[in-house]
Amino acid sequence: MTDVSVNVHHVTRLEGHGNIVVDIRNGALENCRFDVVEAPRFFEVMLRGRSYLEASHVASRICGICAVGHATASLRATESALGIEVSPQTTLLRELNMLGEILDSHVLHVYMLVAPDLLGQPSVLSLAKSAPDVVRRALRLKQLAGDLCRALCGRHTHPLGMTVGGFSMFPDSEELEALLGRFVNARHDVDATVELFRKLTFPAFDRETEYIALWSPNRYTFLDGEIASSLGEHWPLDRYLEVTNERPVAPATSKRTSHARSSYMVGALSRFKTSHASLHPRAAAAAADLGLTPDCCNPFFNTVAQVVEIAHAIESAIELLKSLLHSGVVPEEPVQPARLSGSGVGACEVPRGTLFHAYQYQDGRMQTANCVVPTGQNIGNLEEDMRAFVPRIVEQPEDSVRLNLEMLARAYDPCISCATHLVKVRFHP
Amino acid sequence: MIEEGRKPQVGFFDFAGCEGCQLTVVDLLQTHLDLLEAVEIVEFREALTGTVDHLDVAFVEGSCTREEDEVRLKSIRDRSTRVVALGACAHIAGINALRNSIASEEAKEIVYGEQAPLISTYDPRPIGAVINVDAVVPGCPINPEEFQAVLVKLLQGRTPELPDSSVCMECKAREIECVYPLRRPCLGPITRSGCGAICPGSGFQCVGCRGTISNPNLESLSQVVLDHGMSSNDLERSLSMFLNWQLGVSKPCEARDD
Repeated sequence: MTDVSVNVHHVTRLEGHGNIVVDIRNGALENCRFDVVEAPRFFEVMLRGRSYLEASHVASRICGICAVGHATASLRATESALGIEVSPQTTLLRELNMLGEILDSHVLHVYMLVAPDLLGQPSVLSLAKSAPDVVRRALRLKQLAGDLCRALCGRHTHPLGMTVGGFSMFPDSEELEALLGRFVNARHDVDATVELFRKLTFPAFDRETEYIALWSPNRYTFLDGEIASSLGEHWPLDRYLEVTNERPVAPATSKRTSHARSSYMVGALSRFKTSHASLHPRAAAAAADLGLTPDCCNPFFNTVAQVVEIAHAIESAIELLKSLLHSGVVPEEPVQPARLSGSGVGACEVPRGTLFHAYQYQDGRMQTANCVVPTGQNIGNLEEDMRAFVPRIVEQPEDSVRLNLEMLARAYDPCISCATHLVKVRFHP
Repeated sequence: MIEEGRKPQVGFFDFAGCEGCQLTVVDLLQTHLDLLEAVEIVEFREALTGTVDHLDVAFVEGSCTREEDEVRLKSIRDRSTRVVALGACAHIAGINALRNSIASEEAKEIVYGEQAPLISTYDPRPIGAVINVDAVVPGCPINPEEFQAVLVKLLQGRTPELPDSSVCMECKAREIECVYPLRRPCLGPITRSGCGAICPGSGFQCVGCRGTISNPNLESLSQVVLDHGMSSNDLERSLSMFLNWQLGVSKPCEARDD
């Protein structure tokens, strides 16, 4: 292979539009880029002037699969700006809701997008014919996740019952009991999932980078906490700009982020590397079974970390459901704002990484909004991986090079529909 | 419309949107895996590679927001016997039209600063403003039962019709307490039913994502809002979330889809 141009338009099996552009000339990498080509959506403009009560409902529309995460980060930003301290029950219900979204999205990714590649199937539709049990198991886990979110907030895409200061709907104990029973049963499906992925082989490719995730002392957090780097530093959320350092890169409509190195990675692998000590024992055992260790630097293992998080989400949900059933769910009134002007940052770990929303309000109306999404943070790191990966596979046939690069992009689980944004917004009333 | 012994060929396409409607279709498979027996899914970027020459039904999610989208929409139209607008973004430009009250040039400047000249965009519009649309599955996101009903009718060669009563009727039927006494500018009185009033039923309010009924009485709605101690600004903001295109709050005044 001497002079090849691989240009995969509209990379399939990503939840959004992306282009991989790789030019290889005389066996050397000349150009390697992952471009976001989706039509820009201008959410910062849409949020301008909205009431604090509406912001999360607009924000959830950024992404259909991370809808709960966007709504949650939005609510946390609003609550921080307006001086609202939510109740422990609200935090618990939100954590449980986030677990539903993590489970839903990870199952979609590992079973429907990654597994077909590794099992040599062109798509999940052909997998449904060749291995119907595998697909039925995935659908069963996804349904459980969806039913959990439905009980807590009306629906997963786009959540209704979550509001500023609390919830506007509450599950009854019968619903929670039924869900608990199904989560306990789902352990069989988790075991089968671990068994399936244990047998699959991921491309061998190590490249160490900086790994960033939210972190909390004694729990594997998907909501709130501090920002942590694998290089040892910690920051409170309101210093997120010091970590993300977004910079524009023409002509892509997506910015690049970096901290201590030229790029960093967010997502399941980063969470695992920074918080593995807080994993539920069953999830830690799954990690051991799957050969995932804290020193892992293979980006393809992001998928493996997602399988580990599926195990953790099931166990955490069981614990939280038991705790809710023990204390009983009280229909609380949402906490009212202490002020109607101010600024604040909200963050959570959505399936594909750390998500920040930062808002400024004046008299209850949004003045400025900034939103830093995981895929935007990962694109720079993915590009660097590609630069390092291409020389190792350049001797392979063109089709194989193309598939390998598509698989590398997919390992990041990029969600392009939310990654189109990118520059800080200033509203001038 | 489909000869004997051949499975209808169905495709899914997306433009500017969150892809939540396609995910809702995927979720429907959790309870209705047999749908895969009834049709052959031939294009679906989230799961499949490649394109085909002919589609019996094309479901299109998302809004048209730039010139190059029109070319792709027309190619989908040319290849498809029926085209269905899937969800609010395709049906009424949905949440994307929230920005239609400000000029596209200004929007680009606000979001992309110095990079603004590199961004191609115009006021978001429904796909029906660009191509003929044969049917609609409304909502943000779609109601999965309604999607299924529309699909079945299309496969039977019938024309799916949307209900033309308001969301208020569904609140009454479900005995959901009216949110007006809570001083919420609910759009139930003018919004097309079919969602089971899921938003007022979850402690929120109707925001009009399914589009208006054929004869919305905006004057009366305005009076109801004022009578409950809210301002016309409150109503305007509520209407802007999903109805900017349908109610004409938009700079390009080309043909509306209904």
